[in-house]
Amino acid sequence: MWGQQVVFWLLAIAMGAAAIGVVRSRDVVHSVLFLVVVLAGAAAQYILLAAEFVAWVQVLIYIGAVVVLFLFGVMLTRSPMGHDSNRLDNDQRWAAGVVALLIFGVLTALLVDAFGGQQINFGPELVAQGSPQAIGSDLFRTFIVPFEVVSMLLLAALVGAVVMARKD
Amino acid sequence: MMLALEIGWGTTLAIKTLVVLTIIPLGALILGYTFLLKMMSHMQSRLGPMDPGGFHGWFQLVGDGLKFLQKEDIMPAQADRKVFAMAPAVVVLSTFLIFAVIPMGPDLVVENLDVGIFYALAVSSLSVVGVLMAGWSSANKFALLSALRSAAQLIAYELPLLLATVGVIIQAGTLNLQEIVLAQQNGAIFGWSGIGDPFILTQFVGFTLFLVAAQAELSQTPFDMPVAESELVSGYMVEYTGFRFLFFFIGEFGTAFAFAAIAATLFLGGWSIPGVTGDMANILGPFVLFAKLMAVAFLMFWVRFTYPRLREDQLQSLAWKVLIPIGLINILITGILKVAI
Repeated sequence: MWGQQVVFWLLAIAMGAAAIGVVRSRDVVHSVLFLVVVLAGAAAQYILLAAEFVAWVQVLIYIGAVVVLFLFGVMLTRSPMGHDSNRLDNDQRWAAGVVALLIFGVLTALLVDAFGGQQINFGPELVAQGSPQAIGSDLFRTFIVPFEVVSMLLLAALVGAVVMARKD
Repeated sequence: MMLALEIGWGTTLAIKTLVVLTIIPLGALILGYTFLLKMMSHMQSRLGPMDPGGFHGWFQLVGDGLKFLQKEDIMPAQADRKVFAMAPAVVVLSTFLIFAVIPMGPDLVVENLDVGIFYALAVSSLSVVGVLMAGWSSANKFALLSALRSAAQLIAYELPLLLATVGVIIQAGTLNLQEIVLAQQNGAIFGWSGIGDPFILTQFVGFTLFLVAAQAELSQTPFDMPVAESELVSGYMVEYTGFRFLFFFIGEFGTAFAFAAIAATLFLGGWSIPGVTGDMANILGPFVLFAKLMAVAFLMFWVRFTYPRLREDQLQSLAWKVLIPIGLINILITGILKVAI
């Protein structure tokens, strides 16, 4: 059991450091690259919880597509190449720090209150729960209505993007 | 007879890592030598690579390697040094990770992951992050343009690549690559099970889609706008020299090797050939897989050396207007047949 704890804390520290890097770095591209580390850490946490399928979905969607879109957007609009370009900074860092601490406090209190005493039993059942078969049948049997609603929402967003991008 | 030995998990892990670490550069060299040097020379009447060393230019690859090793390691003055140095490693890392799930025999697989094929496609999408890092950190507008083209292309072609595999997944009923091979070995085509059911026969549309999309994912001609040497002077790699360039080279050909292996596993039955089972399959498996993947790689490089480059807009409309609809229709038909038969 303590093996998981050690790995969890190693990952958590790395993710925390990278998350600080995201907001601290003065280069947008560096921020996005730190974000990659955070997202990869989240994927590793999923694996630690035996949710293998979700972990690789995280890698494929977030690192393979979302981050690439971020980088694409940053490079297309204001590509701060080289060392002397305008660096990012913000006057409101103290206010941002207070807000971040507040959110951290509220989330911690909520999570501890909701799941504080619960234990996860690592075993074959947990692994079976995270398998693609289990997730597939949950998605298409139990949660079919929310799933379809989300699909419609995404489709509407897609059509909206096409309408807005059309020139004629 | 048992082939399995009693070894601890530490040793197993070390052996597995070593196997993957050797396969990728080796595969890249084999593809580079056979196809890039020899096949291209034959097809395009190039005399240079056929000359060094006398017989059939066998020394060319060694010479190229020596040349890369003695080149000066240049870093542009404006470059973002850390990102610049990390980029080739990210590209090669993604190549290494793909190979972990490809089965080479009934018991010969580095990690028999339940989500096998999904994992392979997920980690293969990591290389684009490396490409973007390289293009941006070079502080060179050609490199940046190339990185942008590359990102747009890889995102567009990841969809057809995924959709092409879904047909196979529906037919086999599993994401696990080992079980996909077994499904082909034990399958039957309309009741006839003489050669099993290599999915290239029932999923030919998927196979074609997969090869086209893989060609684009690998940035090979006719989809090589990201590296277009005549306009972008080889794109995101333009500032890289010597050993770092070699990393990109290994990444490119190693990924081609890995994609050929995935195609061979998904559509050609992987390590299995009719009539070979048990320990014999464990011994013959790697060679069978190698023969099949070389056949797939031959197709990929044949196209690469034959066709001219597409234009950027042609590439995008091919992906979104042709390949993705075909992929979706293929999934629909496969699904209907799966339920009906």
